[in-house]
Amino acid sequence: MSALLQMEGVRKRFGATLALDGVDLDVDAGEVLALIGENGAGKSTLMKVLSGAHAPNEGRMQLAGEAFAPKDPAAARRAGVSMIYQELSLALHLTVAENIVLGMEPMRGPFVRRAEMRRLAIDAMTELGRPDISPEIPVRKLPVADRQLVEIGRALAVGARVLVLDEPTSSLARHDIERLFDLVRKLKARGLAIIYISHFLEEVRALCDRFIVLRDGRSVGSGVTAETKNADIIRLMVGRSVDDLYPRSERTAGEPVLVLEKIAGVSKPADASLTLHRGEVLGIAGLIGSGRTEMLRAIFGLDPIRTGRLAVKTRHGPATPAQQWSRGVGLVSEDRKGEGLALNLNIAENTTLTSLPRWVSPRAQSRSAQRWIGRLGIRCRETTQAVGELSGGNQQKVALARLLEHDADIFLLDEPTRGIDVAAKAEIYRLINELACAGKAVLLVSSYLPELLGICDRIAVMCKGRLGPARPVSEIDEHQIMIEATDTSPA
Amino acid sequence: MKTSTSILTRLGPLIGLVFVVALFAVLRPRTFLTVGNFQIMLLQTAVVATAALGMTMIIISGGIDLSIGSNIALCTVVIASLLAKGVPPVFAALGSIAVGSLCGLLIGTLITRLRLTPFIVTLGTWGALRGAAKGLAHESIVTAPATWLNGLLQTPGPGSRWMLVAPGVWLMLALTVFVSALLRFTRFGRYIFAVGSNEQTARLCGISVGRTKLLTYALGLAFAGIAGLMQFSYLTVGDPTTANGIELAVIAAVVIGGGSLSGGEGSVFGTVIGALIMTVVANGCTKMNLANWIQEIVTGIIIIAAVVLDRLRHRVGT
Repeated sequence: MSALLQMEGVRKRFGATLALDGVDLDVDAGEVLALIGENGAGKSTLMKVLSGAHAPNEGRMQLAGEAFAPKDPAAARRAGVSMIYQELSLALHLTVAENIVLGMEPMRGPFVRRAEMRRLAIDAMTELGRPDISPEIPVRKLPVADRQLVEIGRALAVGARVLVLDEPTSSLARHDIERLFDLVRKLKARGLAIIYISHFLEEVRALCDRFIVLRDGRSVGSGVTAETKNADIIRLMVGRSVDDLYPRSERTAGEPVLVLEKIAGVSKPADASLTLHRGEVLGIAGLIGSGRTEMLRAIFGLDPIRTGRLAVKTRHGPATPAQQWSRGVGLVSEDRKGEGLALNLNIAENTTLTSLPRWVSPRAQSRSAQRWIGRLGIRCRETTQAVGELSGGNQQKVALARLLEHDADIFLLDEPTRGIDVAAKAEIYRLINELACAGKAVLLVSSYLPELLGICDRIAVMCKGRLGPARPVSEIDEHQIMIEATDTSPA
Repeated sequence: MKTSTSILTRLGPLIGLVFVVALFAVLRPRTFLTVGNFQIMLLQTAVVATAALGMTMIIISGGIDLSIGSNIALCTVVIASLLAKGVPPVFAALGSIAVGSLCGLLIGTLITRLRLTPFIVTLGTWGALRGAAKGLAHESIVTAPATWLNGLLQTPGPGSRWMLVAPGVWLMLALTVFVSALLRFTRFGRYIFAVGSNEQTARLCGISVGRTKLLTYALGLAFAGIAGLMQFSYLTVGDPTTANGIELAVIAAVVIGGGSLSGGEGSVFGTVIGALIMTVVANGCTKMNLANWIQEIVTGIIIIAAVVLDRLRHRVGT
């Protein structure tokens, strides 16, 4: 007998990048399958293919023995494949019942049959063990955990056979997690096939029968959870060789220029201490959402610091972004389009924005930009081209050029190579190496472990808002980082 | 900015202006294509274009002001009242500019301190400033003694033909150069673009977003004060009901000139050309004895066409 859902040799290409390079996956009714992989391994893309948001370039999918090729997410839902995303997709102003039947309202002529809608909602919520949630209440009045239930209820109401949960515990408190686990087990007993995406191996172990590991867009291994050690799963997740993509010249660290002592923000980070020296690259590893970005923002004055001590060179205490720039600190945002760059302004404007004199000479702006275009190999037509027209890698170089033009000497880099091609990555690694050799201090947040291990002098791991001690890169490996980042004991 | 794309962006509205002028010149060479008619058209454009200079700054910063017409009306009442009290014309004029600017400070403060959207705030001041003007004028027209201010928007007489056009038109042109230079050659001007293009980036780069917006409204609406002065000169009285609906013409001028309502884009010269295009179309239609409603439809089409063409230009640019 074949599995309820089968995916075979799925390939997905975005332009020149191969996001999925031959993935096989199968899950049976009454089974929970864990989908595991590092950030960027292709999990989200794979699930988008499954849910009809992306069409695969190659490969076959079968649902209950029939070919399955949904043309959009609505078609996938009707066929019985429902996704519960990390960011819930509910209409907050509508009621529980309206959300549950959204897009498939029971109709009589042009009118919604409200009694029927109510019944469907009550049925779904009863099945989830929460008949106490009124179908009439607007979703925005519910706590996050209950909103998630409404979303699962929506999947049940449409008759889901395959349910995909994408990191469902990331926004839940501990006791809500327990309740969610109970619910998943119940749905499994009812015969649903469940794909459970998670970083946390403990969760996988508690909940999932089998697992499959993705790496670089390929399925690299699978097995029965109970028969596999955490250490072996982690090895499957990270097993890669580091090539000479990563330059790291011999250098010695100078005096400390940035010191954090038990820094805590409003929610994250919870506790971060570190010392950054001149002439070193200090890497911060951790999962997405572990509080690394928030730590950089707190240092830079973009988010408030609740407690703890911050010192930049000889200056103590929190500071505004303007003050930090004037002390030689520069930040490259992880959100290039939303925050890092003003996309409809040109290269010259974006490069010189923090270092403009009171009276601006457009010609001098262009000259500055021209210099960095040459030095960083930014591919563009002219200095007055809008930054939004450049490719991701070239945009990122413009974001870095701003710090160089400002002559910053403390570089806070948040995911500086995310979403850019390998050639641009290599050039950014080389630049970071040159900066460190020239006595600049670099604090590098990255979710890509090979790059952290390749170019950093020391690495600290952040997990759930807490920053671990920084250790020389020779004393830490991917395995160890994954264990600390996912808060796992190597059982 | 000597580049293919920005030359196109800069020239787009100008080509439009040349086109409509040529069109009416061919259709009505005798009545349209005269020195007197061009003087009148420039005169008719002065108030809208002057107000639109300030609006350009505001729109580039990502804002909008729907109450600029009410502001202009209030300013005419203020000038007339001051003149009626015997205040020298120079100080009455400065008073008008100060009132316009103060309204800008008020709007800017509401937007930045209460974190309200500019649309809502200025929808409120649209009514409130009009009401204030009516209250100040005791719901009637305020007459003022004749002063040299009344000559601001009069076509030069036989004695001063060397001026070619009314002093108000020269003032408008001088202010155009001033605002253009301010936006291009000062740090404050570049910050206006940055804030309008991406507020998050501006904040990241250490720009005080709130202060930039506040100053933009205060300075931008000083131009409402100057426009109010010109409107007064045209009316020779203070009229709290004047300039009703002018805000739409002002915003249209900015948009036709290449301004983007989502901020970060706009050209001062484009704005003035946008204002001229609307005057030329209205004037030309009148010369062709077309009914008013046809003019209004044509103006509407031009506004939408300008935005569509602008978007096409951007696409070609990439």
